Amino acid sequence: MKISRKDFLRLSGLSLLAVVGKKAIGALAGKGAQSAAALPAVRVTTRWAMVIDPAKCLKEEGCTKCISACHKAHNVPTINDPRHEVKWIWKEPFENAFASQESAYTEAALQGKPVMVFCNHCDNPPCVRVCPTQATWKREDGIVMMDWHRCIGCRYCMAACPYGSRSFNWFDPRPYISELNPDYPTRTKGVVEKCTFCEERLAKGQAPLCVEACPEKALVFGNLADPKSEVRRLLDARFSIRRKPELGTHPEVFYLV
Amino acid sequence: MFMLEKAIGGGRRYWIWIFSLLAVIGWGFSFYLRQFSYGLGITGLSRNITWGVYIGQFTFLVGVAASAVMVVLPYYLHNHKEFSRMAILGEFLAISSVTMCMLFIFVDMGQPTRVLNVMLYPTLHSMMFWDMVSLGGYLALNAVIALVTLNAERKGVAPPGWIKPIIVLSIPWAISIHTVTAFLYSGLPGRPFWLTAILAPRFLASAFASGPALLILLCMLLRKLTGYDVGSKAIKGLAVIVTYAMIANVFFLLMEMFTSFYSQIPSLVEHFQNMYTGMDGGSSPLLSWGRSSLVLMAVALFLLLIPRVRGNSRTLAVACAITFLSLWIDKGVCLVVCGFMPSPLGIMTSYVPTLAELSIAAAVWAIGALMITGFYKIALAVREDAFVIPTADTITPSPVAK
Repeated sequence: MKISRKDFLRLSGLSLLAVVGKKAIGALAGKGAQSAAALPAVRVTTRWAMVIDPAKCLKEEGCTKCISACHKAHNVPTINDPRHEVKWIWKEPFENAFASQESAYTEAALQGKPVMVFCNHCDNPPCVRVCPTQATWKREDGIVMMDWHRCIGCRYCMAACPYGSRSFNWFDPRPYISELNPDYPTRTKGVVEKCTFCEERLAKGQAPLCVEACPEKALVFGNLADPKSEVRRLLDARFSIRRKPELGTHPEVFYLV
Repeated sequence: MFMLEKAIGGGRRYWIWIFSLLAVIGWGFSFYLRQFSYGLGITGLSRNITWGVYIGQFTFLVGVAASAVMVVLPYYLHNHKEFSRMAILGEFLAISSVTMCMLFIFVDMGQPTRVLNVMLYPTLHSMMFWDMVSLGGYLALNAVIALVTLNAERKGVAPPGWIKPIIVLSIPWAISIHTVTAFLYSGLPGRPFWLTAILAPRFLASAFASGPALLILLCMLLRKLTGYDVGSKAIKGLAVIVTYAMIANVFFLLMEMFTSFYSQIPSLVEHFQNMYTGMDGGSSPLLSWGRSSLVLMAVALFLLLIPRVRGNSRTLAVACAITFLSLWIDKGVCLVVCGFMPSPLGIMTSYVPTLAELSIAAAVWAIGALMITGFYKIALAVREDAFVIPTADTITPSPVAK
């Protein structure tokens, strides 16, 4: 049988359409949303979260132990220019971190005081929603992860994050790493990065580094899905706030008041 | 092939123009090579202002691209014959604009070599994926339409029938490209400045004012340089469209201002204060831009509303230039950057584009100008050589519906 050029083109066009169509239908049918909603029968057994006690954190003024432990282990570059800095965990004045909750009469203990902030590992993360390549995604245990090899550097996730938790590598970060940790990857220019709740340590059954480094035990890490966990016990016992809860992102980082 | 040979050949003035554009492109390209090797740190962008000139130009130009529909729709759908000599110019403007849009996205990427990841991992919940689909589709549609209709014209025959449904499809598609572009912004929970349902309608209104205003200016330029006249009726018709669109745009903008200033919700109002009234006790980096855009919009609207101004080609040119400039400032300069000022943490960072960034942006504009020049040259050459003297009836496919 002889196929004319026209027929060949028509056939190949149709096959291409079929492939794309199948892919689109698969994705629309909810392959992308593997969350609890798609699998109502399966109980979530792990939901990592962090509970922070700012009062404890403030006990030792000027302490940066959690920051340096994290940044050193994860090869986060030290760039002093605030325009280009990369940070996974840092101190933010209370009124910036909780912009809608401050007033002129905020208790003196909090006013202008630094609060530790990092990625909230939202239950409903806008950054994951907008990423055009799924270079950032939510794991089943709730951790919002990044694939630095897939990221195209469009910075859409940075526009979407309501907490300013994401950093972009405006140039090659490697010259700004003072002490290289050979056990953890470095990043290249042009990709976004952020806190990963130390997933590399969780895999080994260890708590995140910031939690371990804090001398006051102001940071408590645990499993929200476990009613007997320490994070649940703390949240049961004390009043806590989250950053911008009104946006529906459901941050999994809680601040005790 | 593709009648490209018709673009090669012209007088001294033509070649000076072409080589000046090539010089701008080369200059910008040298900066792009530096950006490629060093990273986006050579721009004025920062942690808090992550999008700037590039994405601003992209957003503005999607509007210019979409606005071709304001010529195509009356012509093909409503048999508005006055636009017969203009339709092809609108389509070529759309092709050039979409190309510029894609280039602006490309130069904004931190890892441009990974651009195909967007297609390798199609992500239906990302508006950026849909933007790629709609822009790519729109480029393909307009390229096919322009090529087929022009080729038919060259041969002096009617265009094939199958092109009609494609032309009809290009109409809602044009609306879609700018709607999806608005959705890039208006669905982000932490950016109150963009988080407004009126963003897409406002985008379309400002697009249908700025794009046709540019097309009017281009048509006037063509008449002056080459003697190709689209006809005063066509210009007048388009001027009315510019006027209506400008009214809608200003109306939508006032709606936005009312909601934010009257509700006095800080996260809403602070962005508008940054642009128009000044922040209380803080810096307002966009104040002069925002205010000049407002003043220019008011002047443009005032001029456009006077029929005598619209009727006179010299004053209309002024009105169109002001319209274009005011909307370029509003969308190409302020809209994107203002969404980042202040940041979600309340930090007001100023943004000053660098020479490298502006040169790269200028190069992309120059590529667009080069494309428009080449395309218009081809279109005019085809019309001059056509076997049949072009009139509204012979050079166009019969309209789809009356």
